[in-house]
Amino acid sequence: MTAMPKFTRRSFLVSSAALGGGLALGLRLPPFGPGVVRAADGSPEITVWVAIRPDNTTLIRAVRAEMGQGTITGLGQLIAEELDCDWSKVEIEYPTPGQSVARKRAWGDFSTGGSRGVRQSNEYVRKGGAAARMMLVQAAANEWKVPASECTTSASVITHKPSGRRTTYGKVAEAAARLEQPKDVPLKDPKTWKIAGKPLKRLDTAKKVNGTMVYGMDLKMPGMLNAAIKDCPVFGGKVKSFDAARVSGMRGVKKVVQVGDSGVAVIADTWWNAKTALEQLPIVWDEGENAKVSSASIAEILKAGLDAEQAFVGNQAGGDVKTALADAAKRIEAVYAYPYQNHACMEPMNATVRYTPERCELWGPTQNGEGTFAQVLEASGLAADKVDVHNVMLGGGFGRRGTYPDDYVRQAVLIAKQMPGTPVKMIWSREEDMAHGKYHPVMQCKLVGGLDASGNLAALHMRLSGQSILASVRPEVVQAQKGRDPLSFQGVFESGEHSFSYTVPNLLIDHAMRNTHVPPGFWRGVNINQNALFIECFMDELAEAAGQDALEFRRKLMAKHPRNLGVLNAVAERIGWSRPAPSGVYRGLAHLHCFDSFVAAACEISVKDGNKVKVHRIVAATDPGYAVNPAQIERQVAGSFVYGLSALFFQECTVKDGRIEQTNFHQYNSMRIAQMPKVETILMPTGGTVWGGIGEPTICVAAPAVLNAFYRATGKRIRSVPLKNHGIELV
Amino acid sequence: MRLTINGKSHEVDVDPTTPLLWVIREQVGLTGTKYGCGIAQCGACTVHMNGLPVRSCSIPVSAASGAKITTIEGLASGKTLHKVQKAWIDHDVPQCGYCQSGMIMAVAALLRTNPKPSDADIDAAITNICRCGTFQQVREAIHAAAKAA
Repeated sequence: MTAMPKFTRRSFLVSSAALGGGLALGLRLPPFGPGVVRAADGSPEITVWVAIRPDNTTLIRAVRAEMGQGTITGLGQLIAEELDCDWSKVEIEYPTPGQSVARKRAWGDFSTGGSRGVRQSNEYVRKGGAAARMMLVQAAANEWKVPASECTTSASVITHKPSGRRTTYGKVAEAAARLEQPKDVPLKDPKTWKIAGKPLKRLDTAKKVNGTMVYGMDLKMPGMLNAAIKDCPVFGGKVKSFDAARVSGMRGVKKVVQVGDSGVAVIADTWWNAKTALEQLPIVWDEGENAKVSSASIAEILKAGLDAEQAFVGNQAGGDVKTALADAAKRIEAVYAYPYQNHACMEPMNATVRYTPERCELWGPTQNGEGTFAQVLEASGLAADKVDVHNVMLGGGFGRRGTYPDDYVRQAVLIAKQMPGTPVKMIWSREEDMAHGKYHPVMQCKLVGGLDASGNLAALHMRLSGQSILASVRPEVVQAQKGRDPLSFQGVFESGEHSFSYTVPNLLIDHAMRNTHVPPGFWRGVNINQNALFIECFMDELAEAAGQDALEFRRKLMAKHPRNLGVLNAVAERIGWSRPAPSGVYRGLAHLHCFDSFVAAACEISVKDGNKVKVHRIVAATDPGYAVNPAQIERQVAGSFVYGLSALFFQECTVKDGRIEQTNFHQYNSMRIAQMPKVETILMPTGGTVWGGIGEPTICVAAPAVLNAFYRATGKRIRSVPLKNHGIELV
Repeated sequence: MRLTINGKSHEVDVDPTTPLLWVIREQVGLTGTKYGCGIAQCGACTVHMNGLPVRSCSIPVSAASGAKITTIEGLASGKTLHKVQKAWIDHDVPQCGYCQSGMIMAVAALLRTNPKPSDADIDAAITNICRCGTFQQVREAIHAAAKAA
């Protein structure tokens, strides 16, 4: 169904006019006449988002990465909706970053993280579809010599109502491609949507059930070799020496190469032979000072930050916390902690690169084509017109395949540079993937709440102490904020897409930044995972101290947060909060505002022998403003709980001698089907001007809901993750 | 060494300790069977050996010589999809899809020995890891496939 990149470079044929101001990428001039830009198969491009084949198939362009979240289908629906095309004849085509650069970034942002895929490109892709429809109609009207306003469209057919004449998009596409793109492009009212907003099937399923979907791991090219790599297990360490002669005679081995300062790779005919030789290769590391770091030493540093003088303020919505806490009738205090976690994408990191001094191309899974393009540019040392990146289907992303310094993309280029002309596929073993993640940042949190004599929350101080992702990945953002990492406050921030959803008279939320040598990354949900857990578990602690129902206590603080209240009420009603739970069953709930969506969860659990937790049911409500594909949203919500609850129960990356201790799934478990709760999704989009994200938001509400239920079941308040460290099992 | 995969015979020249997975992927060239962990934890590499589900990452190719091996590419009968593949499409199961070859092979093997599995049977037999978290649809699709003839 979809046109996944082939292994030859797919060239767009670009008009001479389009080439004028951009970078010439060796693209061919159009043989079909002036002014028309053409897709790989020669079909005329109407707008950058739409090309139409003569057989009336619509080629929809996508540059956001598909990693299972359904964004390609969703964006396709939005374009098809405005285009009024035949959904059964839609195919997806993937322009490359090089092609986009050559056309002055015609396709905009490629980055696919922060649950932004649909919400931040919806307007311009819809306009791309709508403009194409207007041009196709105009082309038909010109041919018929009638006003365009007398023509209607449906399923790729144009009809002139007064005369009954009909034609297809495919027939007028050549003429439409020659028209000027309209500037004033009205969009449909979402209430009238027929393709968008519907629970349509994904476009890319067929190849995923018969083994033909090509992931980066599966790429094949003539003459291709394979590389296995080992980077210094201590982050920041270097290669001191390695004895290539010891393995150079082993089966299939072609070359042993150093990769940058810190890595060594074996290149062989097959990856298995490369990996086998790499395991035999003697390597001496200069591990450096970081080899002294351990989880305990990191925890000490974070602990000191809980009471440090200096901290960056993320939310000070009013009042004077210090005085109000001192004056409180009752003061409640708790310290929580969240560990390092690896994304553990099912497909380990990999990339295939072919380098010559004239051209360097990378094929592989990336959540950010343009970011990868920039990294290939830098690592290859070639000019922008000599570089390109071909994205393939990702075997999971979850934030791991974003753009990070010193990561797999750079390695793959540095390896290929040492085998000019030969495509080399570099694959990380699972062990390498566990050792060189971009980890969920480690965080501790001290919460202090003050209740007045009537049990109202009068003051709250939430002090975060731990690692900043942006200080490592986007230091310029942190610099611009005078050292503060605004992302640290996701879900509890003063304003915006991650604003705090309670009104507390005296409030302070601040962050003592404590960075370590362990590289942090954006891990599905990013900082909402710990922030939701901290604040929503503590809200239950406060409610109990106040002698109030957890739901009622929250509601009193949410009068100014109607959409959060909306989702919270929805899950409370569906779970039956006002009625007693069945015997032996205990409930918990949580909610947050994040990625511009409003999310809540309520769960029912039972606990056997004090430590065997069965999560029977989770009700999850989401208000994302607009719902582009309800069926895919349901799948994202249910899937987010697998990721989030695996993290809650099982997952921690511990540091010993400067390196990560866990090497594979036997020490870093992930939920199986037997442990999967029944998930009931309530989708309640309330419109408005802002579109919310889907891939991440709900991930964060399952863990605090389950912890709150666990307390009701056992009387034990668990304040650190994962639960396996407390002897608690998921059954 | 001679291997029979999806009804075809293949002569491969490899170290006999090479895991079956890597021979299937790199010598035979069938890449639908996936590498996930290499230690039989995740199940992404599940194939059928003489009709039984095995984790091919942890079986030396020498142990597979002479056996009848079926991979995801050989599950359908010609152009007719296996009922599990059909159910997977009907229920829109895969997200990223990387684990689904192994998941489908594990389910197809389960249904062969247990045509109408209960939820408990599914829980006991299907232990594949899916990081996207498709389990709710996997369960629905297994029951649907079991109902299909």
